[in-house]
Amino acid sequence: MTTERTMTLNMGPQHPSTHGVLRLVLELDGEVVVRCEPHIGYLHTGIEKGLESKRYQQGIPLTDRLDYLAPLSNNLAYVLAIEKALGIEVPDRAQTIRVLMTELTRIKSHLVWLGTHALDIGAMSVFLYCFREREQVLDMYEAVSGQRMMSSYFRVGGLMADLPAGFEAQVEAFLAAFPSRLEEYEALLTENPLWRQRTVGIGSIRAADAIVLGVSGPALRACGVAYDVRRANPYCGYERYQFDVPVGKVGDVYERYTIRMAEMRQSHRIAGQALQRLAPGPINVADPKLIPPPRKLLKTSMEALIHHFKLYSEGFSVPAGEVYQAIESPKGELGVYLVSDGTNRPYRVHYRAPSFVNLQALPRMVEGRLVADVIAVIGSLDIVLGEIDR
Amino acid sequence: MSESRAPTPDPGAETPAEGLVLQRLREQFGDALRDVKIWRHETTILLAPQDLVRVCRFLRDASDLAFDFLSSVVGVDRLHLPDNSPRFEVVYHLYSIQFKRRLRLKVRVDEGDAVPSVTGVWESANWHEREIFDLFGVPVEGHPDLRRILMPDDWEGHPLRKDYPVEASPKWWAEEPA
Repeated sequence: MTTERTMTLNMGPQHPSTHGVLRLVLELDGEVVVRCEPHIGYLHTGIEKGLESKRYQQGIPLTDRLDYLAPLSNNLAYVLAIEKALGIEVPDRAQTIRVLMTELTRIKSHLVWLGTHALDIGAMSVFLYCFREREQVLDMYEAVSGQRMMSSYFRVGGLMADLPAGFEAQVEAFLAAFPSRLEEYEALLTENPLWRQRTVGIGSIRAADAIVLGVSGPALRACGVAYDVRRANPYCGYERYQFDVPVGKVGDVYERYTIRMAEMRQSHRIAGQALQRLAPGPINVADPKLIPPPRKLLKTSMEALIHHFKLYSEGFSVPAGEVYQAIESPKGELGVYLVSDGTNRPYRVHYRAPSFVNLQALPRMVEGRLVADVIAVIGSLDIVLGEIDR
Repeated sequence: MSESRAPTPDPGAETPAEGLVLQRLREQFGDALRDVKIWRHETTILLAPQDLVRVCRFLRDASDLAFDFLSSVVGVDRLHLPDNSPRFEVVYHLYSIQFKRRLRLKVRVDEGDAVPSVTGVWESANWHEREIFDLFGVPVEGHPDLRRILMPDDWEGHPLRKDYPVEASPKWWAEEPA
């Protein structure tokens, strides 16, 4: 594609600011990008194929590894799809804990985005502050599931375990401190002239173009389209929570920044309400075909022993049919399309990964702009190659 | 929201919103709707491949439907399902941002037959259709740039086909010069 005037430059797949293994083939006229073509697949791990060969419960740890910055969102979409196909709804306490944990996940994912995005543009200290708070959310992951990152905490029919003692206090302490932390980040960036020069008016896209390109999440809301799955098609009882859907106007890199900052405030608000709502109660559906019996019952109840054995050797079957379940992940509309053939393994699972679709809009945002802007725009899209390549 | 494990009541029932979409489609296309299924409050419509693009265009442009957002395009290899001819199914998930409604369209094609591209209706179909071409080997007619997307360009076979083994892969890395 090189002509006499232009030069082809490979950016990635080993480039620190492509957030993983994204490769961009740039055609440059001087420093101006004439054409940008993303090449993906360097992290293809066949997760969708793998899910087909695993029983429903066994597949959950695989889903953690899609968007590894928001593992619980991937879990949630998967278990909600299965629960929809089964026709069950989990108890209130489980719903509330799911909301609490996924909102903390959103904060954690946005913190990595903010830190790395600022790092790409040259503001190093923000990264260190963000990872300080992210660490606290990872501690909460560890407290509930024993795992800091790939926690697989959500299970079909409920949760892996109830919240440990003292967990509410841990979350409360985090939530109490978090607004002042957000102010710290904003003090470093929002009015910073260097930050504004690199982001204001860069990589903007019109709302109509964003919709036709399938862009979702903060990148779409920054153009002024108030599409948030939590509000539009609530799941997990989101209709019972008070929160705003922040929207922007011009959809440039700077607005994607302000939208995500506002979203962290909303997640903080939702998490606080979830904490208020937490009432004692069961965390799993009362169905021994889905949920393993309590350990102590195994020694006294024949049925419990049989259920336990069947659940771990054969799993459970899902009625034949197909469902699509979308959730609002930190990156946008995360949708699971599940086809069941009535057996104990999914026939087909497809992840509608928001990063995959959002990345498609990248050429539209960077063509005609400088190479340095490409870095800022990639950062502002908040892509994770794990879910793009699957 | 119920807290018990009560099965969803009458999952086959049409809600008024689903009824409107179906009614408009039946008026406009009649026989083109090969099959309509409603399960778990989700509507699925099976179409013949040649009808796909005009139905999509109508769904996008009709002001009372406004399916302006294509969520995803998914391939399914029906090889191990009871009725497996035609073998491949391509599934389109449509969404209307204005009316907050979802709709699923499907077409079925045999090995080697092409599905028409909907990139002319929703640009976002581009990468989804490349993925179907790559992982299922279903050609897409009228696609502006039909290449593999996730697998290497010289890869043999289509990994998401049901007759493609889970754990075997050609040792293409060994053949490259050291």
